[in-house]
Amino acid sequence: MFITPTGEEVFVVDGHTHFWDGSPANQLNIHGKQFIDCFYAYHSSLSPKEQLWPKDQFEKYSAEQMYRDLFVDGPDDMAIVQSTYLTEFYKNGFNTIDRNAEMAKKYKDRFIVNGAFDPRDGEKALEYIHYMKETFGIKGVKLYTAEWKGDSRGWKLTDPNAYRCFELCAKLGITNIHVHKGPTIIPLDKDAFDVHDVDHAATDFQGLNFIIEHCGLPRLDDFCWIAVQETNVYGGLAVALPFIHGRPRYFAEVISELLFWVGEDKLLFGSDYAIWTPRWLVEKFWNFELPEDLKQEHGVDLTPQAKKKILGLNAARLYGVDVEAQKAKLAKTPHVIAAG
Amino acid sequence: MSAPLQQHDRKTSEVWKCLASVTDPELDEAVTELGFVEQVTVDDNDGVDIVFRLPTYWCSANFAFLMADDMRKAVSALPWVREARPRLREHMVAEQINRGVREGKPFGEALREFAPGGSLDELREKFQRKAFERRQEFMILALRGVGYEDPAICRMDLRTFDQVDFHAEEVARQKVRYLQILAERDLAALPGDRAFVTYEGRPIRPHEMASHLQRLRGVRINMEFNSALCRGLLAARDGEPDADRAAGTSRGGCGGCGSGCAGQPVASPSVIAEKHSIVPS
Repeated sequence: MFITPTGEEVFVVDGHTHFWDGSPANQLNIHGKQFIDCFYAYHSSLSPKEQLWPKDQFEKYSAEQMYRDLFVDGPDDMAIVQSTYLTEFYKNGFNTIDRNAEMAKKYKDRFIVNGAFDPRDGEKALEYIHYMKETFGIKGVKLYTAEWKGDSRGWKLTDPNAYRCFELCAKLGITNIHVHKGPTIIPLDKDAFDVHDVDHAATDFQGLNFIIEHCGLPRLDDFCWIAVQETNVYGGLAVALPFIHGRPRYFAEVISELLFWVGEDKLLFGSDYAIWTPRWLVEKFWNFELPEDLKQEHGVDLTPQAKKKILGLNAARLYGVDVEAQKAKLAKTPHVIAAG
Repeated sequence: MSAPLQQHDRKTSEVWKCLASVTDPELDEAVTELGFVEQVTVDDNDGVDIVFRLPTYWCSANFAFLMADDMRKAVSALPWVREARPRLREHMVAEQINRGVREGKPFGEALREFAPGGSLDELREKFQRKAFERRQEFMILALRGVGYEDPAICRMDLRTFDQVDFHAEEVARQKVRYLQILAERDLAALPGDRAFVTYEGRPIRPHEMASHLQRLRGVRINMEFNSALCRGLLAARDGEPDADRAAGTSRGGCGGCGSGCAGQPVASPSVIAEKHSIVPS
């Protein structure tokens, strides 16, 4: 729970978190090393100095630490933990759904565990979707369209195999499709992060919500254009939000564009933990005000109501969380570890 | 200092100067200013080795290839250079890129798996357009900043534009870059030509200016995102303490982020300083 300076309670759903193992012991090859190194560079370059972690802690952290950073020291009420496999880089995968679910079950009512699939697996992808639904009851997935697989350098949401997966997701009630469309971070062809395939998939699957992580940056204009056309396209603020610290004016420009084109009902907060921790992000976001010139130019404002939606209410709606009931439930459960 | 040594230093510095004309296509900023070039060595046979590194191991292969190729071409054009050998290090496909560029192979051949249709020339063209638009936005905002109204900007010719004194070094520098790209693209050359046209060479009407600028802003926001990330990631990779955190300036000085901030009358001095600081701090 985030308590504003005036004492108001704000319900926070962290829309994008990870519980990874990028440690040298789990690295399969140089790619595994370079992958976590690159994440660490994101962490180092966009975090406030006092929030920097030592490298070994960043490579692998405990469930207890994650819980503390998000819910005890941090303001999150709930967090969506995303799954990323990268089994070609890491012996046991980077953060598989099994690892995430194992962690999540220690902390009742706190986590929403999302799955992942790769449509290039064909029939196996469909079987895996069934498995994830039956075993973990998932309501969402996180997809990486730019992952390498054999000779393939990525896939598109519009590929026939992907459509078969979406059909199954719609049938099983896995309605939230998070898609990484952002900066390049894994070996990939940049074009695989092109956002245009979202347009078609979103039109063809009206029953699914497409949450575009990182808002397509650096293809913000394309993303905005698509989000205007499609009612079921949302933007995840992970990676865009940390700019609030080092380059607030730039963040203001980005959020103004998003408010104007996409609107406050369709943006989701995400810390991208453990790249960043939620506490400073939420505090800075709550205290942030749009500069007057941008307000006038775009005719938008980042009101307290808009902030509440972005910080939690929008994600709660997508995942069917009854906020009042959830608050009451969480209030009854004391934190399972002492604040560090 | 002995004469041969002096000559050697002169050659090295010529190479550095020459490399300053090579830009990261995605950012429209010089590779030297971005801090990509680590080392230049001139050997006794006038062969030149250029060692460079990008912000991450994963940086896009096609941009990496473009930059290496551009470096080779630019440095080879110096009359005394026998051979220019760019060498990218610590990159997922460094070997293929270095070999491909050395052997003068086209990108599609050197890195078959990264060229899913579409040539590098198309990519170059796409980024030329972005560079043009970003530079143009900067100048339009700068003109507005010194009091020009949209109709005057729309009909302004090169002669008039040339005479505008912005009283700011950075704007003057950007003006040169804008004029350069106008000439390169054959969009305006004679004193009577319009200084502000679309990339297709069409005049911009005053009532179109708002939507035109809105589009250009979109281009800039994307490029700035890349630029900020790249610089930050490179600094993190170098393991340097981020100089900006302390000094509030980027390591290359205010190096043409092209954001048009100098032209925004509403920006307070602190905002201007912040906008010029390219590395996230």
